Amino acid sequence: MASSASQFNADATRMVGDLGHRQMVQQSLSGYQKARSSNAGRFQDWESARSRAAATKDEAIRHLDRYLEQFEEKLIARGAKVFWANDATEARSYILDLARAKQAKAIVKSKTMVSEEIHLNEALEKAGFHVVESDLGEFIVQLRHEAPYHIVFPAMHLTRGQISDLFQQKLGAEATSDPEALTMTARRTLRQAYIAADMGITGANFAVAETGMISITENEGNARLTSALPKTHVVLLGIEKILPRLADLSFFLPMLATAGTGQQLTCYNSMVGGPRSAEEIDGPEEMHVVLLDNGRTRLLADAEQRDALRCIRCGACLNVCPIFRNVGGHAYGTTYQGPIGSVITPHLRGLQSWQHLSQASSLCGACTETCPVKIDLHHHLLQNRRNAVAEKASPFQQLGFRAFAFVVNRPGLFAFAVRAMKCFSPLQRLFNATPADPAWPWTKSRELPSFARKSFRDLWKQRTS
Amino acid sequence: MNARDSILARVREALRGGSSSHPAESETQLADGPREVRPFLPKVPDDFAGQVALFAERSESLKTEFLSCADEAAASAQLQLLSDREGWESVAFPADSEIRGLLTGVSVGKLEVSRSTVKTDLEKVSAGITGCDALIAQTGSVLLTAKSGGGRALSVLPVHHVVVATYSQLVPDLPAAFELLEKKYAPNFPSFMTFITGPSRTGDIERVLVLGAHGPRKLTVILVESAGTNPSSIEQPPPS
Ligand code: SF4
Repeated sequence: MASSASQFNADATRMVGDLGHRQMVQQSLSGYQKARSSNAGRFQDWESARSRAAATKDEAIRHLDRYLEQFEEKLIARGAKVFWANDATEARSYILDLARAKQAKAIVKSKTMVSEEIHLNEALEKAGFHVVESDLGEFIVQLRHEAPYHIVFPAMHLTRGQISDLFQQKLGAEATSDPEALTMTARRTLRQAYIAADMGITGANFAVAETGMISITENEGNARLTSALPKTHVVLLGIEKILPRLADLSFFLPMLATAGTGQQLTCYNSMVGGPRSAEEIDGPEEMHVVLLDNGRTRLLADAEQRDALRCIRCGACLNVCPIFRNVGGHAYGTTYQGPIGSVITPHLRGLQSWQHLSQASSLCGACTETCPVKIDLHHHLLQNRRNAVAEKASPFQQLGFRAFAFVVNRPGLFAFAVRAMKCFSPLQRLFNATPADPAWPWTKSRELPSFARKSFRDLWKQRTS
Repeated sequence: MNARDSILARVREALRGGSSSHPAESETQLADGPREVRPFLPKVPDDFAGQVALFAERSESLKTEFLSCADEAAASAQLQLLSDREGWESVAFPADSEIRGLLTGVSVGKLEVSRSTVKTDLEKVSAGITGCDALIAQTGSVLLTAKSGGGRALSVLPVHHVVVATYSQLVPDLPAAFELLEKKYAPNFPSFMTFITGPSRTGDIERVLVLGAHGPRKLTVILVESAGTNPSSIEQPPPS
């Protein structure tokens, strides 16, 4: 078993036992659920909206090469620079070189999951740059040297008390249990960071091919400040963010807000299409757009799971997932948690090391049902399981399935095996849920169902005789 | 091969590898245009008065302060009232804009924002006052651009953002807002355009709503009924 899998098992087991944590996550998510259903209700037809969004994303993906070229061409025409990165290393070193060339003393960042994906902060800090995360949740987890817990709500696992302690320790703030006071402490600290920063790094929620613009969705205003004040604006995005037309945003923006946070529209939806132009008052002198592949073309090549590239990272599938709600975001050990993370991580980082996440699913399908772009998430989990076994079944699995096939293909033997198991079952009861139990891996945390008194074959025989 | 070419080559190679079985992918004909998407987006009343009322209602739930004025003189008076209530020391606004005219009689420190404005000065003003490109009834949003908003920072750096709009700028919904942007600017869009929907907010601490996370803590929209464009009967917005 790969180490990421045993790590997952250990972390998941620990988190599932932490009732306080589970309760806290359930509680945060119940508010979301309420807001979301009332705002999805505002749509005259949420289902048609989903179909339209899925079809539009598919159109973008089907002609991804053409749209990427168009996006690049338009951006360059407006004075931005576009850099293509095959992988994380290339993206990191471009941004590092840029920071060096600009002699950036302070760098301010707004939330971007792609930068987590390529471990940008670590690289910048190691090279001696001072990087500040400006999204409140990200700022909090950065101070704790932790990864974001959730792609949309990075600090949802922390209580106000923990955050107050953290701010006391790291920022010398007063103790408080008031979320507003805590937010204002962060606001004051970060204001200085924006003013001082000479480089701003943001992500993008959408990349509009038609007009060569990125679109950023946020509530706090930190991405706006990050793309307004520093002299250099760097945008880091995956190649799948493409939308064909500017007008497509007219439904993607409200859908992202509804699915993501249960709002009708997120507070700021900003479209940026270049550095400050000659007649404009302010804005960065340079805009650098880094287009990242990092495994996305591998996912594209998988016709069965290609639809996962539609993902707009709204986080809805995490919010409804019974696994996420119980093991929490950190146990996944991935940049992208929850169902979408379990689906795409094997493509981005290797099937054998990450297929265990696809096993951690009840296949209830809540994710597929909630996804605003209709990604067939739970079937992809199933396909990952199949692919993992087809690629490399463990000797144990191979043996098990071969033995199973041998038995079920021989009716007499099968009937005998069933009867034999039934005879052994009282014996098993003696050791039930103890380490001496042969079914211990199962019975240590679950009930073993008891055998029916009559097998299906017995009943069938009775019925027909 | 450079990264650009190899990524594009991989994309083309991947797309050659058979089409997917997903139903949505076979729906190829995507007509664009608002006619296609309006039927599923949130409903907006057909009449103008209804749209104003919807904007007012959305504003209230977003905690945007919404004020309606008969004319520019009334808007000036409104600004004076705001200034007194909030204890403004100074306000910033785009140089060469109509805002200057509105502020003529208002006794408050004034900073005209231009190329040479220093960001630390802008950070200190009590309010940033801007125009906009449109108000969107459907969502209670303000659409502004680097052009109408006096650059990128003026509408986000000061703690209070005041938007002055005219009745003719109210559009029913998001599709109409994008149509307007294209008509007004394409292909030379301002480098920055944004939909502002309420004052800055966060729920990052225990999902408790806090206003003024990084952007303005207050957003005020003053809607001016300018001559010729307004229909006769306008429903009064609720008092703020
Ligand atoms: S897979 Fe769907 S629900 Fe999950 S984050 Fe992506 S778009 Fe949202």
